[in-house]
Amino acid sequence: MTAEARHRRAGGSRIPILLLVPAGLALGFLAVPLAGLLARTPWGSLGAELATPRVLEALRLSLVCSLGAVGVSLLLGVPLAFLLARVEFPGRNLVRALTTLSMVLPPVVGGVALLLAFGRRGLVGRWLDQWFGITLPFTTAGAILAEAFVAMPFLVISTEAGLRAMDRRYEDAAATLGAGRWTILRRVTLPLIAPSLGAGIALCWARALGEFGATITFAGNLPGVTQTMPLAVYLALETDLQAAIALSLVLLVVSLAVLVALRGRWFPTA
Amino acid sequence: MLRSRFRLAAVLTVAALVLAACGGGDDDSGGGSASGSSNEIKVFAAASLTAAFTKLGERYSSANGGTKVTFNFAGSQALATQIQQAAPADVFASADIPSMDKVKDLVGTPQNFASNLLAIVVEKGNPKGVKGLDDLASPDLKVVLAAEEVPAGKYAKQVLDKAGVSVSPVSQEDNVKAVVTKVSLGEADAGIVYVTDVTAGGDKVEGVDIRDDQNVMATYPIATVKASKAQGKAKAFMDLVLSADGQQVLKEYGFLPPPTT
Repeated sequence: MTAEARHRRAGGSRIPILLLVPAGLALGFLAVPLAGLLARTPWGSLGAELATPRVLEALRLSLVCSLGAVGVSLLLGVPLAFLLARVEFPGRNLVRALTTLSMVLPPVVGGVALLLAFGRRGLVGRWLDQWFGITLPFTTAGAILAEAFVAMPFLVISTEAGLRAMDRRYEDAAATLGAGRWTILRRVTLPLIAPSLGAGIALCWARALGEFGATITFAGNLPGVTQTMPLAVYLALETDLQAAIALSLVLLVVSLAVLVALRGRWFPTA
Repeated sequence: MLRSRFRLAAVLTVAALVLAACGGGDDDSGGGSASGSSNEIKVFAAASLTAAFTKLGERYSSANGGTKVTFNFAGSQALATQIQQAAPADVFASADIPSMDKVKDLVGTPQNFASNLLAIVVEKGNPKGVKGLDDLASPDLKVVLAAEEVPAGKYAKQVLDKAGVSVSPVSQEDNVKAVVTKVSLGEADAGIVYVTDVTAGGDKVEGVDIRDDQNVMATYPIATVKASKAQGKAKAFMDLVLSADGQQVLKEYGFLPPPTT
């Protein structure tokens, strides 16, 4: 490799100032708020802040709800991804658009929509109430539903992308060797799309963990039942800033952990 | 095909917008741009003041050469936190004295301008036959309260304590308007809110009075914010609220005069 080529490969030593200034500002803009959070963190009393029953309750509930939302998304979202990736049907693009709608919808709007659909007087909820005596708002199940509504698209999109990218000849080969559908799915397809599925699960879980708007609108706010971490942060902010910062830090660490776990998968290392 | 798809997209968009309009009530978006521009003041006011202050803002604008009044309505405790964090407010109107005390170093001398009583809010027609606070203890009743961090929630707790009634709410909402919303949507059977919220709640809800000996009087103080660059205009707004004219508007929305002490 010539010196010149190496120079070019390394990106050049002279970075245009026109690029550097706005890029630096962008980086600062994204990083400074996090620095602000860290600067105000009560490190000395952090353990005590996090060990209060209220915080532990919110943590426990956040884990239950976000894992529940991932479960619902796996159960329903993965089959949907298969449908979108493998089956040609009229209106497929429309279905795909509908699938992703809740990603771009403001979560509070999602919460109102959920109330109008699954609330006690909602389109579906009224029958759930009359026939089975099930009401979802103000319950942990409702919080799981709200989180799944917002987070499922991340899993569907990621899984569908994995299915489209995989080489289907492996499945064909397995079929010619006499493997049944179930065996092919279990032994060939799922292992091949495992990276996409894993990334989808991680993103879906992180999104569910951070869910606020749909949850507080649809499921309300009750410690131990529907008050997840983001809701606890929001309410703590109004009375106890230290507790709010401590809770925020936990969510920040979790988010960072997800990003680190996904590095190279979602963001190819240059 | 393409056309029908477009139409469906349009329908979905409109539906989403309608929902957004319904859901926007309990937004707590803070004042965005810095205050102090010559023709605008920012008033941070308790959520329960939404209707009355919006009306007063119109009065103020027309009496002051079109000076624009921008409101930030939210729970008083949230507004106090925002002011502590140097949000650009010119005037602060709180639904309780503790929230005003929280920012006492940052505001001028507060003056009480209104008071409010609490009431039980139920769905129109009172399908569950709620007659008083005692009924709220029933396990068949879904009761929603404001969170105890919010003045309305604190008052509700005082009222229930006074009556010796223990209630297990299904939710503690982050502001008083959200309590009314949950009842008007039929998700909750009853809530405890200000009398004025029942009036503002429209024709989907109605109020059940709380007996005088069990009720709590909420006092509303108002003050100008010291950091405001529009002191004159802020003072003028405060004067309007305290004037006979302003008091008349507040009365129309169900507020009572401030306590005389």
